[in-house]
Amino acid sequence: MALLEVDQINVFYGSIRAVKNVSFRVDEGEIITLIGANGAGKTTILQTVSGLLSSASGSIVFDGKDITRMNAHRIVGLGLAQVPEGRRIFQQMTVEENLEMGAYTQPKGSIAINKEKVFSHFPRLAERRRQVGGTLSGGEQQMLAMGRAMMSQPKLLMLDEPSMGLAPILVEEIFTIISELHQSGTTILLVEQNARMALSIADRGYVLETGKIVKTDAASVLLKDDDVQKAYLGG
Amino acid sequence: MDFLSNLVNGISLGSIYAVIALGYTMVYGIAKMLNFAHGDIIMVGAYVCFYAVYHFGLPGWAGVLLAMLLCLILGVAVERLAYRPLRRADSLAVLITAIGVSYFLENTAQLVFGANNVFFPNLFEAEPIRLFDGRLVISVVTLASIGICMAVMVILTLFIEKTKLGKAMRAVSEDKDAARLMGISVDRTISVTFAIGSALAALAGVLLCSAIPSLSPMTGSMPGIKAFTAAVFGGIGSIPGALLGGLLLGVIEVMGKAYISTQLSDAIVFLVLIIVLLVRPTGILGKKVQEKV
Ligand SMILES: Nc1ncnc2c1ncn2[C@@H]1O[C@H](COP(=O)(O)OP(=O)(O)OP(=O)(O)O)[C@@H](O)[C@H]1O
Ligand SMILES: [Mg+2]
Repeated sequence: MALLEVDQINVFYGSIRAVKNVSFRVDEGEIITLIGANGAGKTTILQTVSGLLSSASGSIVFDGKDITRMNAHRIVGLGLAQVPEGRRIFQQMTVEENLEMGAYTQPKGSIAINKEKVFSHFPRLAERRRQVGGTLSGGEQQMLAMGRAMMSQPKLLMLDEPSMGLAPILVEEIFTIISELHQSGTTILLVEQNARMALSIADRGYVLETGKIVKTDAASVLLKDDDVQKAYLGG
Repeated sequence: MDFLSNLVNGISLGSIYAVIALGYTMVYGIAKMLNFAHGDIIMVGAYVCFYAVYHFGLPGWAGVLLAMLLCLILGVAVERLAYRPLRRADSLAVLITAIGVSYFLENTAQLVFGANNVFFPNLFEAEPIRLFDGRLVISVVTLASIGICMAVMVILTLFIEKTKLGKAMRAVSEDKDAARLMGISVDRTISVTFAIGSALAALAGVLLCSAIPSLSPMTGSMPGIKAFTAAVFGGIGSIPGALLGGLLLGVIEVMGKAYISTQLSDAIVFLVLIIVLLVRPTGILGKKVQEKV
């Protein structure tokens, strides 16, 4: 069953059309990846799904509900969370406060339990629970951004370049955690420039070029695809 | 004893500035705009209290609460009608609108209440307190201003630090889009900010007019500008900054009047502001916002 169904969306910045007739779907239990070069429109698509931007046409249906025109702050409560590009954690708030913000739509009673869940995935955050976000290292900030999104117990977690700017060992760690989250029942929509890593954990992938989807297939097929190899896998 | 008396009066006036400055600083911190109509809310609050108490015979405390409630509604309405439609407009358009709202409130007040000064009887009728064999006389409104300001600061700080809504306000002030992704309604948070700021302005208005003690449609204008100055002085966006800025401004103003020149006291206040901003452009407690990418 489709958890997220995006149909023919078009997104404009002023008069520039950054996303052109894009359609894709994410089924329950899948890991889907959206790959593409800088400026292809990946972030724009995620922000449109989460409600920060709006599509000029087409529709977005999440979990059976039409969210095309819904306000961003109301979409979270339906079970759709986004880890934004560049982490965007609250720099002046502590680790714990950041997590509490992630649980803004959740009943009070669930917060402590979910916090512990996040800490079990990211023990490093537990050690730093009273530290302010701005003083965390880049990798820790990424963990916090992910933990914060997990606090809303999303059915679908959208991650925008979680590996950006991280050392290879940390990239491994982040991807391991994405797999763990997936195994515990969260559906994942992953946007990545690190196409090899993304395709290696994904079920299916979509290839985006200048705002258009030009190819889609099983991740294992895309990994062997000539064009994909040339453009995104370095030969 | 004169010095001590001036100091106490300066702190008291500064406390009132600080309470008004909170409105500027919170709105700036969260909505990133300068609400120049904030000063006029002070005047509306004072009129509401004045009529409630001296024409309709309500007890003083009820008059103050009514003024706070009506100003809260007025502040939220102004934001809703005048500023919200401009959420994506550039800041100059918002600034001009705010100045327009300020004139609108002043002129409407002239129409409704008349342009003349009215005598604002002191709400605090108790005898002044005499210390040092009566050489230092402190009026009750002076003490009340200081006490209320301190209480407001403590309560507001606890609210911002500890409550869910307060934390949401901090989140919105840092990053609106990230806050929306958490499920926080930015519009609602901004409304709450205007509500708090405007209710506090009404409170400050009553204290101010009790101290002066007169009231006219222009009453809020100058204290509004000074409180704005205090907010910038202390570091706009910072709550402790509003307190520090307000107190310093009040003391400088009263001392300037007493020891330098009555006419020049306002000029001295602004001169100090200019010097502070030259040395520290972000104000005394203001921090430079650092973006870590
Ligand atoms: N706020 C904006 N105003 C105008 N144009 C924008 C804006 N944000 C993005 N764009 C443009 O839209 C296009 C898509 O940008 P987007 O950020 O979605 O790309 P991306 O695939 O996420 O790229 P990256 O991998 O670099 O993050 C680009 O051409 C970009 O210049
Ligand atoms: Mg991007």
